[in-house]
Amino acid sequence: MAERRVLWLGLALLVLCGAFLAWQLRAPLGFILGLRAAKLGALVCVGAATGAATVLFQTVAGNRLLTPGLVGFDALFVLMQTLLVLLLGGIGAAAIPTGPRFLMEVAALGAASVALFGLLLRRDARDITRMILTGIILGVLLRGLASMVQRLMDPSDFAVVQQAMFASFGRVDPQQLMFSAVVLLAAMAVALRMAPALDVAGLGRDTARGLGLDHDRVVMTALLLMAAMVSVSTALVGPITFLGLLTASLARQVTGSHRHAVLLPAAAILGALILVAGQFLFERLLGSQSALAVIVEFFGGLVFLFLVLKRRRR
Amino acid sequence: MRLWTLTFALLAALVVVSLSLGAASFGDDAGWLLMVSRIPRTAAALLAGAGLALAGVVVQQVVQNRLVEPSLTGAPEASMLGLLAVTLIAPGLAVAGKMLIAAASALLGMIGYLALAARLPREDPMLLPIVGIVYGGIIGAICVYIAWATDLMQFLGAWQLGEFSGVMIGRYEWLWAIAALAVLLYVIADRITILGLGEAQARSLGLDYAQTRALGLVVVSVITALVLVTVGGFPFVGLVAPNLIARWRGDNLRANLPLIAVGGAILLLSADIIGRAIRYPFEIPAATVVAVFGAGVFLWLLHAAPARRHG
Repeated sequence: MAERRVLWLGLALLVLCGAFLAWQLRAPLGFILGLRAAKLGALVCVGAATGAATVLFQTVAGNRLLTPGLVGFDALFVLMQTLLVLLLGGIGAAAIPTGPRFLMEVAALGAASVALFGLLLRRDARDITRMILTGIILGVLLRGLASMVQRLMDPSDFAVVQQAMFASFGRVDPQQLMFSAVVLLAAMAVALRMAPALDVAGLGRDTARGLGLDHDRVVMTALLLMAAMVSVSTALVGPITFLGLLTASLARQVTGSHRHAVLLPAAAILGALILVAGQFLFERLLGSQSALAVIVEFFGGLVFLFLVLKRRRR
Repeated sequence: MRLWTLTFALLAALVVVSLSLGAASFGDDAGWLLMVSRIPRTAAALLAGAGLALAGVVVQQVVQNRLVEPSLTGAPEASMLGLLAVTLIAPGLAVAGKMLIAAASALLGMIGYLALAARLPREDPMLLPIVGIVYGGIIGAICVYIAWATDLMQFLGAWQLGEFSGVMIGRYEWLWAIAALAVLLYVIADRITILGLGEAQARSLGLDYAQTRALGLVVVSVITALVLVTVGGFPFVGLVAPNLIARWRGDNLRANLPLIAVGGAILLLSADIIGRAIRYPFEIPAATVVAVFGAGVFLWLLHAAPARRHG
């Protein structure tokens, strides 16, 4: 049942992608198609990465209200990029080829997130509200630090950071896109392979350990995978805080399932679906550029408030 | 008394540093430079800091929660929305009119927040700031959408990130109204303290709860609007100063209000000095410095406090 719904979602995404590519297509065909394909690729990658990363994070945190964006993972990524440029200089950082550099960043982000959030999640697991608040304020702190370091830089170095951080959907580097897609697919494959273990881990640390699961190792792996996904989406377009929350809660609603084998692909497809549909609507039908992220924040925030109030009324 | 001597010595030292720090060096026209730029800048930082700290206390007493402050109730964002509307509909309005509209919309924003907060359970004090952040974010998203569509993003950026580099004589005098509001708050300090005991308690002590609360909220929204329009928004000042003072000196507002005001002033002036000194002669906005420092203190408050203490 749930699997069939995921199939339908996938089908809808395919149709939408076709429409995105083919809508009012004119000559020169090759040029326009190339532009649109790059943009579509970025949208799908970012949406899928954000959706899947959020499901992973919510399982690890044992909390449906937390998302990597809310806790400042993307800020951590931005801060690391900034520090890298600060240490090596703009030219030094730009000289490292995309592939190794990206891998290095993912590894560092993974390590940092395991250290930071592993600790946080373990210590605060009992007091969920405090954990959320800590996460949000940590995000503020990381963002503040990043913008402070950016202010300290040479303008030319800052330009390098900005280029790396805020590439919009409009101008996506094809090489980076390819690389992101490969990393994302690999992370998805690993996450799906360990889906049953994630199901058990979602029951909570004590129960999972009682059932014979090496809970801490699963959590570490999930955090690493999530770090890779967050890096993919942040490197491609920059932060969209509430997209993850929107997709993860929608995925749970639509599939009505707790199994990660269903939830992960559903969240990934829904994330891509929201972004592609939103971009299509705003760019093609309403003719307004770049409003998509703002709209996602608006509705994501409303969903968050709704979830909080609903949770309390029970 | 020793406490006050120390506090004022610190304040005086900061003022001297602030007056002597800047890109231009003192020459023949030192007096002119002081009059036009340095003194206004220092005064603006002191007044804004004091005002935000006092606003923080009042909000904390009204919602009975230590982890809330004006910028976590949607007030600045609502204020920006009002200002955007004025800029679009009646751009020629005098500054006083803009202030009035900014304050009125801040008040509306806070009323909305209080309505939301009333639906949340009391036993979970940390939920209030979370809801406030998200509520502010939603109003902020509306602001960004409108500003984007009407090419006013630059205005929005100036309001969102407070700093003092643009402060000169003739451009900050509205902030002196904060001094008057501070005196008003000092006069009604005891009532505000009773407000913090909750509606039932306050009523049984003979306080007109609704009236006092409305007065407090009006003061908060006027301060928010004054600071926002003249120098821009600063996060966490209203949270950090009252909490640090309360941890150190307890909860007697009449005794503490002056200390809290001075504490907020010291905080914001230090942030401005750090922002000016760290990459001299360039400047980092004071709001960025405050955000980093304030977030650090907030995290400490969250974890140093015994869990589930009454907020």
